[in-house]
Amino acid sequence: MIPERWLTFAVLVGLLAVALGALVMDRPFTITLATRATILALAAVGLNIALGQGGLVSFGHAAFFGIGGYAMGILAHHAQTFTPLELGPLTITGTKSMPVIWLTAVVASALAALLIGLLALRTSGVYFIMITLAFGQMFFYFAISWSAYGGEDGLSIYVRNDFPGLNTLDPIQFFGLCFTLLCLVLLFAGRLMRSPFGLALNAARQAPERVETVGLDPMRLRLLAFVLSGAVTGLAGALFADLNRFVSPAMFSWQLSGELIVLVILGGVARLIGPVVGAIAFVTLEHVLGDVTEFWLIWLGVALLLVVLFARGGIVGLVARRGHG
Amino acid sequence: MAEPLLATRGLTKSFGAVTASEDVSIDLRPGEIHAVIGPNGAGKSTLIRQICGGLTPDRGTVTLLGRDVTRMGTVDRARAGLGRTFQISSLAMEDSVLENAVLGALGAGGTPWRFWRPALASADLCARAEEALEKVGLADHRHTRCGDLSHGQRRQLEVAVALTLRPKVFVMDEPMAGLGAEGSARMTRFLDGLRAEAPILLVEHDMDAVFALADRISVLVYGRIIATGPQEEIRASRAVREAYLGEAS
Repeated sequence: MIPERWLTFAVLVGLLAVALGALVMDRPFTITLATRATILALAAVGLNIALGQGGLVSFGHAAFFGIGGYAMGILAHHAQTFTPLELGPLTITGTKSMPVIWLTAVVASALAALLIGLLALRTSGVYFIMITLAFGQMFFYFAISWSAYGGEDGLSIYVRNDFPGLNTLDPIQFFGLCFTLLCLVLLFAGRLMRSPFGLALNAARQAPERVETVGLDPMRLRLLAFVLSGAVTGLAGALFADLNRFVSPAMFSWQLSGELIVLVILGGVARLIGPVVGAIAFVTLEHVLGDVTEFWLIWLGVALLLVVLFARGGIVGLVARRGHG
Repeated sequence: MAEPLLATRGLTKSFGAVTASEDVSIDLRPGEIHAVIGPNGAGKSTLIRQICGGLTPDRGTVTLLGRDVTRMGTVDRARAGLGRTFQISSLAMEDSVLENAVLGALGAGGTPWRFWRPALASADLCARAEEALEKVGLADHRHTRCGDLSHGQRRQLEVAVALTLRPKVFVMDEPMAGLGAEGSARMTRFLDGLRAEAPILLVEHDMDAVFALADRISVLVYGRIIATGPQEEIRASRAVREAYLGEAS
C-alpha cells in the first residue's frame, strides 16, 4: 500500500507520459485516446463530488455532460454559420473561443444542477436515483426533438474551437489543454475534500442527523455539492464535444450517466484519483478488448463485478491507503 | 424561582390512536439536571424529538431561552443554543475523532462555506474541538478513526461534539446506554460538573446515574407526566414506585 498522494502523482505522470510517448512515436490516435480518458476522467471527478463525498447517487449526470456539449455546439454552430443566436430580446453572436465556451458550459450546467438539485434532493435513496434519471431523460428527448440544432442527428463543428496561443487541432496541444484542466480541477477537488465544506459534506453523508444537531443544514451542503459536481461534468462535456467536433443527444443518454458511475466505482468512490483511474481503465479496456471482441463490455462487467464484490474501494482502494492530510 | 431555559407546555402528539405525548409540561432551570425517567414505550423518544426538532407536536409549545421554537427545525434550534446527544451514537464513523469534534466547532462558530484551506489547518476550529475532547478525556485519541473507538469512547465523543457548540441547554438521550459500571461512573462524574456550564435534560434508564445526578425528576408513563419534583419527593412517592420504580428494581 502506498500513500494516496503518490498514487495521484503517479497516475497523472503516467497519463502525461503516454501522451508524450505517443507524440514521440508519432501515434496521434493514442494521444486522442489519452485525451478521451482525460475528459471522461474530468466528468467522473465531477460526479465523484456528489457521489463520493455527498453520497448522492446521481443517475442523471449525463444532463450536465450534455449541457456542456450543447453549450459548445450551439455557440460554435452560430459562429461557423455566421448567424446570431437570438434568446428572446437578447442577441448573442456565436463564438469559437474555448474560454468563453467553457464559462458558458460551467454556468449553464451549474444552473441546471441547481434546479434539478432543488427538486431531486427532497428525495433520497432509490427515489433520488430515479428522479435524476428522469431529468436526464427529459434533456435527452428535448435534444432529440430540437431540430434547430440537428435533433437526432446532432451538430457537427467543422473546426475545433480556439484557445489563445495554441493550435487546438494539434492532438498533443489539445491533450495538454484538457490535462491541465483536469489537474486544476483535481487540485480544487482535493482541497474541497479537506476544507470545512468538505468535512461537513462528508459528515452529512455519514450522519445527517448529527450535522443538523450542530446547526448545519445537510440539504444546503448537498445542494452546493450537486451544483459544483454538475459544473465540473458540464466543463468535461464541452471538452468532449470539442474532442469529437460533434454533439449529439447521445451525450444526454442514460447509458452515459451509468458509464460515469461505473468509472467512479471502478476507480474508487470518494478517492480523489479514483475517477481518473476508472476512466483510464475504461478507455484502455474499450480500446484493447474492443479490438479483440465486440463484446468487450462483458469484460468490463466482470471487472466491475469483481470490484464491487472484493474491492469496495475500487482499484485505488487496492493499492493506496486513504490519505489524511 | 429562576426563569426556565427550556420549557414545554401542554405538548401533545398522537400517532393514529396512540397518544405518545399527552399534555407534557417540563421545565429546565439554570444549573440543574432534570431527569426524565419512564418505562420503555413511555414516549421519551417522541418527547425528545419534539423538544429538539424533527417532530412537530399536535398541540402545545416548546420554549428555548424565552423564544417559542415549536415550529423551528432542528438546525435552527441547535443554532439557538440547544446541544443534543443521541441514544445511538450518531457520528461520522470514517472520520477521525478530531474531525468529528471540528464538525461541531464548525456549526458553532463558523461557517461551512469555506472551500480552500483544510478544516484541520484552522487554529480556531481545532482549539475549540481540542478543548471539548480534553474535557471528556479523548484528547489522546484525536487521530483515531471514529469507527475504531470503543463503544464507551463513542459515547464520550458524542458528548464532546455537543460541548463544542457551547450550548445554553443540553438534552441528552441515555448517555449511559451501553456503558459498563466503570464507564457509567466516569460519565456520571463528568455530567455532574457539566451542569455548571448549562443545565441538562437527561433521559436515562440507569437509575444509579439518575439518583446520583438529578436535582429534579419527572416520571413519564404512557405519554403523561405522572409526577415531577425534587428527587427525594419522587423516590418517596408511592404512585411512582408502583408505576415504575417498583418494576425496575
